[in-house]
Amino acid sequence: MSEFHDIAVKINGRSYERRVAVRMNLADFLRHELGLTGTHVGCEHGACGACTVLVDGRSARSCLMLAAQADGCELETVEGLAGETDLNPLQQAFWDRHGLQCGFCTPGILMTLTELLRDTPNADEAAIRAALSGHLCRCTGYQNIVAAALAVAGKT
Amino acid sequence: MKAAPFEYHVPRELHRALDLMAQLEDARVLAGGQSLMPMLNLRLASPRHLVDLNRIAELSGIREEGDAVVFGAMTRQRAIEFSEVVARKLPLFAEAVRSVGHRQTRNRGTIGGSLCHLDPAAELPAACMAMDAILRVQSTRASREIAMRDFPAGFMTPSLQPGEILTGIVLPPWTGRVGTAFLEYARRHGDFAVVSVAVLLELDARAQISRASVTLGGVAAGPVRMAEAERALIGKRLDEAAIAAAARLCGQIEAMGDPFVPAWYRQQLARTLSERALRIALERAVA
Repeated sequence: MSEFHDIAVKINGRSYERRVAVRMNLADFLRHELGLTGTHVGCEHGACGACTVLVDGRSARSCLMLAAQADGCELETVEGLAGETDLNPLQQAFWDRHGLQCGFCTPGILMTLTELLRDTPNADEAAIRAALSGHLCRCTGYQNIVAAALAVAGKT
Repeated sequence: MKAAPFEYHVPRELHRALDLMAQLEDARVLAGGQSLMPMLNLRLASPRHLVDLNRIAELSGIREEGDAVVFGAMTRQRAIEFSEVVARKLPLFAEAVRSVGHRQTRNRGTIGGSLCHLDPAAELPAACMAMDAILRVQSTRASREIAMRDFPAGFMTPSLQPGEILTGIVLPPWTGRVGTAFLEYARRHGDFAVVSVAVLLELDARAQISRASVTLGGVAAGPVRMAEAERALIGKRLDEAAIAAAARLCGQIEAMGDPFVPAWYRQQLARTLSERALRIALERAVA
């Protein structure tokens, strides 16, 4: 009922409790309050997909959610993908296939593909391209991103 | 940009949300947030209060009530996309929802939010118009039903009174020898449609059209039922001449023009897309 709201969230398995300004969006909360700057903010109005994270396992634009709305949710961000020393298979495929250049859009794309490949481990190119339609990349022309995803899906 | 300050309310029950909407001045309902949140971030909207409906369990879900399918207003577009009931009883909806935004926005976006935002090019309002949806609306004072036909009150303006919340959407499925099709043209997959068309056809025992619904989206302030085209189809066997005649009527719609898409181009798309949609709906009806 006020301009502040107490929230408890679990992010990449770790619990956080914070008091947040209700107008703070989830992306800013992750970056500025928790220092999880792997999630990037591109357009702030849901067009670019750079800030995509998983909320209770589902991909969502974190600039279009209030931090207050994440109360009680389990979030996954790009920081949760790699192991202690190794990239996860999806990240490794991006490395191997040159699936990124400047890397700005990459965290969001990785989270969307994480969701897609959990739902459909053998996703085909059409499904991969449909999922990627929610992201803008200005470097790669998408070819190598698709190739990396296809490699993880066992299609190459 | 960042949203201007507001007060945030997160009721767990519908009656609490209705109380808040009755009491608060300058309050907006927050549904899936895929349109309102950008408007807040861009400061195109700056309400004093936000009433978040996301925690109200009774507002979401897909139920069958008699012959009808009822969507709670907070049912996510994703739930519609993957619903077995929708695929079986509302194939038009199943087809339309796949063109709504992207996977990431369908995970959050709701049918009620889409209807109340009422973007002229939005797919779900067009599908609701095509199927003569009944919208259930509540306030602290009363409950009422609004025919989808009467819901758009103007450009991006639903005919809701202050304090009213859209709670459910009732869709009467078409049964029998029915074929449906939803087509749209957008410059990129997931963009709002430049023009969309929704078609439902019912054939009688002699393969003549006994019932027809043709709706255009993206061309006017809200989705438009093409009554003349529908009348022209009734009683016809749907051959190429009948398809062409109905599509020609669709192409005569008074269309919006904007700096990217002139009105004549929307009319041309309306004609071409309705021709294709009628053909597909017919193929599906006889299949």
